Amino acid sequence: MSTISLSRPEPICGSESMFPVPGQIINVQEENFNTRTFIMRIEDDATRESYRWIPGQFNMIYVPGVGEAAISISGDPQERGVIHHTIRVVGSVTRAIARLGAGGVVGLRGPFGRGWPLETLDGGDVVLVAGGIGLAPLRPVVYWLLRNRGRFRRVMLLYGCRTPEDRLYGKELDEWTKQEAIDVLVTVDNATSGWVGPVGVVTKLLQRIKVNAAQTTVMVCGPRMLNRAAAWSFLQLHVPPDRVYLSLERNMHCGFGQCGHCQYGAKFVCKDGPVFAFDEIADIFAKEEV
Amino acid sequence: MPPAWSAGKRRDYLPKSELGALIDVLQKEGYTIVGPTVVDGVVSLRPVRSLEDLARGLQDEQGPGTYRTREADPDLYFQHVVGPDGPKRYLFPPTQTLFGLHVEGRRFVVDAGPPEPPKLAFLGVRPCELAAMAVQDRVFGASDPRTFRCESNPYYSQVREAALVIAVNCTRPGGNCFCASMGTGPVASEGFDLAMTELRAGFVVEVGSPRGAELVRKLKVREPTAAELELAELRRAQAAAGMGKKLDTSGLPELLEAAVEHPHWDDVGKRCLGCGNCTMVCPTCSCGSILDSTDLPARTATRTRQWESCFTHQFTYTTSGPVRTTIRARYRHWLRHKLSTWLAQYGTMGCVGCGRCVTWCPVGIDLTQEVAAIRGEAAAKHHDAGHPAGRTAGTARLDGGRLAGSGNFPGAKGVRA
Repeated sequence: MSTISLSRPEPICGSESMFPVPGQIINVQEENFNTRTFIMRIEDDATRESYRWIPGQFNMIYVPGVGEAAISISGDPQERGVIHHTIRVVGSVTRAIARLGAGGVVGLRGPFGRGWPLETLDGGDVVLVAGGIGLAPLRPVVYWLLRNRGRFRRVMLLYGCRTPEDRLYGKELDEWTKQEAIDVLVTVDNATSGWVGPVGVVTKLLQRIKVNAAQTTVMVCGPRMLNRAAAWSFLQLHVPPDRVYLSLERNMHCGFGQCGHCQYGAKFVCKDGPVFAFDEIADIFAKEEV
Repeated sequence: MPPAWSAGKRRDYLPKSELGALIDVLQKEGYTIVGPTVVDGVVSLRPVRSLEDLARGLQDEQGPGTYRTREADPDLYFQHVVGPDGPKRYLFPPTQTLFGLHVEGRRFVVDAGPPEPPKLAFLGVRPCELAAMAVQDRVFGASDPRTFRCESNPYYSQVREAALVIAVNCTRPGGNCFCASMGTGPVASEGFDLAMTELRAGFVVEVGSPRGAELVRKLKVREPTAAELELAELRRAQAAAGMGKKLDTSGLPELLEAAVEHPHWDDVGKRCLGCGNCTMVCPTCSCGSILDSTDLPARTATRTRQWESCFTHQFTYTTSGPVRTTIRARYRHWLRHKLSTWLAQYGTMGCVGCGRCVTWCPVGIDLTQEVAAIRGEAAAKHHDAGHPAGRTAGTARLDGGRLAGSGNFPGAKGVRA
């Protein structure tokens, strides 16, 4: 059984645990037709200074009068003072965040959950597998890996999305590709004109890479079907089950294991996850409706 | 068998004539007394102002999907067992305002906070309830020193710590009770300030805390006689022997952990209506949803926590749809949580054997039988041969298992889809 011992920072909240602190949206970046990155800044100086997070964690973002949503943190862990959230605008809360736009004030609680196993990667290969918006909680990992690049052997990012226009962080993907510090492979379901890259599901990219199973750590975040396909593909290549990590999504109301919504078998995705090693959930993984 | 009075533990005898004095003392000390009263023909835990408010001289008959009360011995206050609600209602209220606020510039201005925690004295708490409170302490209480401030439920802890708990040991078990199977009753062993065993003319009182000892000092108690002690013990032994239901818990968490794909989930999924009654009456169920509302001009927002049931669709809703779309999956989640995954999460079972989910299920689904069926035992064994309450007209009408099974319930399929 693998554990992630990277110490978890203390979350922030207002006078009570369910009370958020105000933060302002200071900038909004368009990612694709329904996804934007909101850069937020906690209002209170002391709270902003004390705020710490680790890649893979999430915040509860509150819009007064509308509600709260769990959103992963997608910025650079080194960057202090601001919090990046890449949000697909699909529900009532995310629509309200989009409507507020730059200058708007939202509530923040967090960070919650257990992050990626960054302290266990030294000397090995790292494969990141992302689908669609699933790249958001992995971008902090990319930043961290690039900054500590010398500590690992190969680093690969396999990213799949629907069309080339749907790629998140397009400019950065190009930069990372150019830098050659990590191998970036992007595939799309539907190629549009000008796309010369691979077409098809993310796991097809495995044909293009060589996986040294004994020294590889895999981190996956995507829709349910991608999580399954990716996990099984790497297990088939004999990557040990405790070296395949998945970030899962569930309905969440509190963020710390009291509201009950996010239960996945005996796990609370909010506090035991959202990042799990495959061997921690092997008995229920891919079982329908658990 | 219930444990005998532990040697050297202080026992007192409180005559019935002094029960009113107990209420007076508690009220003088500023407690709001919450005890069993009759509301709409049902024994419910509600604020009690005097002895007359207590559900005296009343028995309940409980069976799968059935609950009736009837008049009984007028000298006895606690002949009934548990009604649909318990102390949970006061520690983890069904609806609670968390805060109200409005935005002023870049600040949140607080318009309302959580309510002041009340000072409660619970009177007549059953041993299974004590166990349920201990279970919820692990869910909401900050017993784990690593709990961060922003990951706690201070209201629960405050009410819990201030509350005085006067337990009543069960002398007459209910038709759906299986606390003896769960090791939580019918006799309270811990978690109370006072525990009382009712006899015709008085109570044998056991002190469980310094607060309880102090309270007893203010009452006119006397030494119990040997006969009184013997009778109290006999009553409790009778209760233990007369449990309406049984649940074999040996290896149960492991059994259910492995039974993710057991075919019996299909069977119970067809009978269950997904109404969530079981989760509303369960004394350990602790799920909540947090909802926003606004005033008409949408200037102030109020955030409220409500009890939530894992039997609703919205419970697992994500943008890609609900995770548990079928009632089969939701029942499976609930039962596995109560009897298996709870243990992994909190180190105790999530079921205390109070039998409420059996009583208040509109189609009379009996978890002890569902577990037996998953074990592969004859599920039909006591379906018809149950306790006396099982033969009342109400049960026949409400026994949805039979109706669904005979194909007279075309709605079942529709509800499930």
